[in-house]
Amino acid sequence: MKSEKTVIKVRDLVKKFGDFTANDHLNFEVYEGEIFGFLGANGAGKTTALRILCGLSLPTSGEISVAGLNVYSGRDMIKRRIGYMSQKFSLYEDLQVHENIRLYAGIYGLSRKEIRLRTDHLLDTLGLEPVRNKRISELPLGWRQKLAFSVAVIHRPSIVFLDEPTGGVDPITRRQFWDLIYDASHDGITVFVTTHYMDEAEYCDRVCIMEAGRIEAIGSPAELKAKYHATNMDEVFIKIAR
Amino acid sequence: MEPLSVNIRNLSKSYGEVNALQDISLGIRRGELFGLIGPDGAGKTTMFRILTTLLLPDTGSAEVEGFDVVRDFRQIRRITGYMAGRFSLYQDLTVEENLNFYATVFGTTVKENYDLIRDIYSHIEPFKKRRAGKLSGGMKQKLALSCALIHKPKILVLDEPTTGVDAVSRKEFWEMLLRLKVHDITILVSTPYMDEAGLCNRVALIQDGVILSVDVPEVIVGNYRGRLLAVSSDDLYTLKKDLEAFKHTASVYLFGQHLHLTLGGNDAESEIRGYLGMKGHKNLIIEPISPNIEDCFLELMVKAGKTNP
Repeated sequence: MKSEKTVIKVRDLVKKFGDFTANDHLNFEVYEGEIFGFLGANGAGKTTALRILCGLSLPTSGEISVAGLNVYSGRDMIKRRIGYMSQKFSLYEDLQVHENIRLYAGIYGLSRKEIRLRTDHLLDTLGLEPVRNKRISELPLGWRQKLAFSVAVIHRPSIVFLDEPTGGVDPITRRQFWDLIYDASHDGITVFVTTHYMDEAEYCDRVCIMEAGRIEAIGSPAELKAKYHATNMDEVFIKIAR
Repeated sequence: MEPLSVNIRNLSKSYGEVNALQDISLGIRRGELFGLIGPDGAGKTTMFRILTTLLLPDTGSAEVEGFDVVRDFRQIRRITGYMAGRFSLYQDLTVEENLNFYATVFGTTVKENYDLIRDIYSHIEPFKKRRAGKLSGGMKQKLALSCALIHKPKILVLDEPTTGVDAVSRKEFWEMLLRLKVHDITILVSTPYMDEAGLCNRVALIQDGVILSVDVPEVIVGNYRGRLLAVSSDDLYTLKKDLEAFKHTASVYLFGQHLHLTLGGNDAESEIRGYLGMKGHKNLIIEPISPNIEDCFLELMVKAGKTNP
């Protein structure tokens, strides 16, 4: 555990869609600066929970706070304090690289000077200076995903939510992406990430495994491997889900 | 040796300035389970769409079961089963209606070829009155595979059937594919998951429209040139930074709970323990290991100069 300070607190989270219970009394905490992996089969309820934590959807019941804010009353404020990226949509394809950065930084209310400084720093760190004026649609997927992550944390949020950020990305870029995640975590940003790659589950400080709307297991990869007598997270996952 | 089921010669396809396929030549034998392995944008879908006659190549040629993909597209369509990357069945039709529809389009009946799909379809048959749009992801996948097989194709083309699918459903899907092999169908499957390579008879590793290597998975692994070490300690993050700064490090990559390290120069291996010890790493483990397909892919990407900034 990197810190005792809780940044996400979930008590008895229930979300129903008609008769269907997508989230069935979830209880967990996420600590500051932690890389928290959120795993589960398709339809296990991950996206539903993620949307509630991001302030995009209201729970049916439960007490949930994110970055110190209540998800019922503080939804709009939550959005200022978090970053979000998904595999499906991240950046505007018709805008140039630097325009995308300016757009997101502007939405989060950074000053012109701040935007200029952070843009230069970001392009320099990612080695994307040569493509500053290229449209996103001209960039390979791997570059886009790294850029999308950096843009998602440009306002230095306390938590960043990543929804399958590395799906379909080549193996080198996938690792470079995790370097970015590690760096963000070392800077104190809490990382909440979903993935289907079980090797990536090993990189998390703690993981939570969902199954049919409930949390089946939660703990550090080492704890879960010991508990389920498994040599890696792939085995843990299969033992739980089968 | 079995005759060629697919014969691709110098195939190229561009979209504007993007070269999706660059001078690809490849032969796939009848009855082979062949994997096309690479990330998004590698050219996997483009190749499959050309082979299924849904897209025309710019230059080069390809034959499927002796039929030319441009001239003989009608014949190819009759003998091909294709599962697109996106679920493309009729959402408003029931499970049973979808299956009957595909059987009828190909001039056959579900009854006639039921044996071929029994193993897969039996899982969803209890829900045959349910609309396809209401099925879970795993069930949709089984229905799509059943529909692709119902006319007993000679060649089955599956475009990323396991993308976005959880680890358990992925395993089940591959078990179904392996059981299909007794029916002597040539199966082409694409995937971004490197760990699925070992399940194929042969694989092509593809990146940026170029084939990096094509062979039996064991041979690709056998051709790995570096000496690979697995290194771990209590703090992987710092360990990786320290190894990146080590003067003899050739490459260091995260692999689950270990780092995979290759070194350059003599005596590097004897120096490394001292170096990491000096950095204060606890529970340090350094051991030689055999590479897997992903290690090979990484090595080939670097060799081909396909690395990003």
